[in-house]
Amino acid sequence: MTGSAAPGGSAVVIGIGNEFRRDDGAGPAVLARLDGQVPAGVTLLVSDGEPAGLIEAWTGAPLAVIVDAVRAEPGVPGRLHRLVLHQAGAAEVRPVSSHGLGLDTAIGISRALDRMPGALIVHAVEAADLGQGPGLTPAVAAVIDTLAGAVMRELTSDQIC
Amino acid sequence: MTHRQDRTLATSGLARVEGEGAMHVRVRGSQVDEVRLDIYEPPRFFEAFLRGRSYTEPPDITARVCGICPVAYQTSACQAIEDACGARVDGQIAGLRRLLYCGEWIGSHVLHIYMLHAPDFLGYPGAVEMAADHRGIVERGLALRRAGNAIMELLGGRSIHPVNVRVGGFYRAPSVAELAPLARHLRDALPLALETVRWVAGFDFPDFTCPHELLALTESGRYPIERGTVVTGGGLAFPASGFEQHVIEEQVPHSTALHARLAGTGRADGDRYLTGPLARYSLNSGSLPPQAAQAAAEAGLGRDCRNPFRSIIVRAVEVVCAIEEALRLIEEYQPPAAPSVAVTPREGAGYGVSEAPRGVLYHRYELDGEGIVRSARIVPPTSQNQRAIEDDLRRFVQARLHFDDARLTSECEQAIRNYDPCISCSTHFLDLRIDRG
Repeated sequence: MTGSAAPGGSAVVIGIGNEFRRDDGAGPAVLARLDGQVPAGVTLLVSDGEPAGLIEAWTGAPLAVIVDAVRAEPGVPGRLHRLVLHQAGAAEVRPVSSHGLGLDTAIGISRALDRMPGALIVHAVEAADLGQGPGLTPAVAAVIDTLAGAVMRELTSDQIC
Repeated sequence: MTHRQDRTLATSGLARVEGEGAMHVRVRGSQVDEVRLDIYEPPRFFEAFLRGRSYTEPPDITARVCGICPVAYQTSACQAIEDACGARVDGQIAGLRRLLYCGEWIGSHVLHIYMLHAPDFLGYPGAVEMAADHRGIVERGLALRRAGNAIMELLGGRSIHPVNVRVGGFYRAPSVAELAPLARHLRDALPLALETVRWVAGFDFPDFTCPHELLALTESGRYPIERGTVVTGGGLAFPASGFEQHVIEEQVPHSTALHARLAGTGRADGDRYLTGPLARYSLNSGSLPPQAAQAAAEAGLGRDCRNPFRSIIVRAVEVVCAIEEALRLIEEYQPPAAPSVAVTPREGAGYGVSEAPRGVLYHRYELDGEGIVRSARIVPPTSQNQRAIEDDLRRFVQARLHFDDARLTSECEQAIRNYDPCISCSTHFLDLRIDRG
């Protein structure tokens, strides 16, 4: 399931996260649910969020759907968000470690290099626990099917709105 | 309202998870009297939940410590368990292990050079802004990164957290035909890597020297990557099994990461030491393959390099080295009779070391007669470097106290970036505080 998308091909669904960081595994969990269910030609990719990999994965794709866990304050664990990205926000910080680069950097660089996908949609779920260890919390586990369904609708819809 | 004598600056950023890394600088009068680098350290947790697991599991579990250097964790884990079980991996299987590790070096180093470190030298706040003005350069970085990922995907099964590695070798070995396109990819990448060395060698570097003892692996006749003997600049040499006799870890109040010190150095300036690219290069520059050696010479590196700001050149040279080595390994490759050697569990302890992109990564496992892990110990490079980084920062700040807080903050961040610290796989929060009270 993990691999590079074929540039110029069809849609790519990218689950960002780490299954060993509790609810950070939401993205990979959604991809596991979608495995074998998506239309032919759609690439499913698990990513740790490293920007070069993200850029490679979505370059040339007409549609990239990102599934990721987020932390919100105040948060409602399990609450879902859908964002259609037209413009990357400026990076607020400069990380000291290469582990600190992420989606925002990938979008910014892609825009600078004309490597954005035709459309980029982010489905995010608010996390309850991002600590060490496997397994989603009940609030997040409960919405994995809903998230997978939402991604499927993106892949089968004619319009992005 | 600003009180010059009691001022706190903070730059902070949040990525995706809990935890934080922080730097605290306290100035009293005209002296920096304390520098603390606080690092959350994930391997301690992994050590705990490795207990009770089968001897076959640590390579896959510890790969999750780090998304940037999973091969380092897998390799040190495999070697430690193979050592405990009396198994020996050599020949083509060992070559494949080194080849996979080359992929990780390329990917990790290129990411740091292009996305993180170069913007400091070119005056950009980040890679995004740099990409807008230097499209071709950033595209070159992405192309190089692809070459590293190509190795990871072919040998590891995927580019993050490889799934093809097992104790004793691999689940599946590639055919010669499968490696042919990879070799073409790497041949295309080699000139890009050489251009990268020339590019970064042209940056302006602050005049700064780290005086610490250096610690790295060494191997006869080749640059150390996936294995070797531990050596220091002062002449110590010991196998992985001697690591805990020489490297002493201690708790410090301000960090969940243990601090390491090197026993028996006899150095007047203390027992702190540095591992990573500077140490690796300085203790092994004579073992670089030909094109990497020539690139280093043309970049003016000399036999050793003790300026942390110039570590970007060393990383670029090591990318050349990794590509050259990968090409050599592919050229010499003949599929092994089996992709792994048999590893039969037995009671005992085993030790493994390898050169992660950030420095020596040590693993130790104790197994019972059934192959169940009774204890595990992981010593990552960043915790080993923590004392040296703090000492470097103390001297760095002391020489720049006349800067205003904004500039000092910015330069401290750049100084920390020299070491590419693995604050944690998912902990991206840096909070820098300068207390001039």
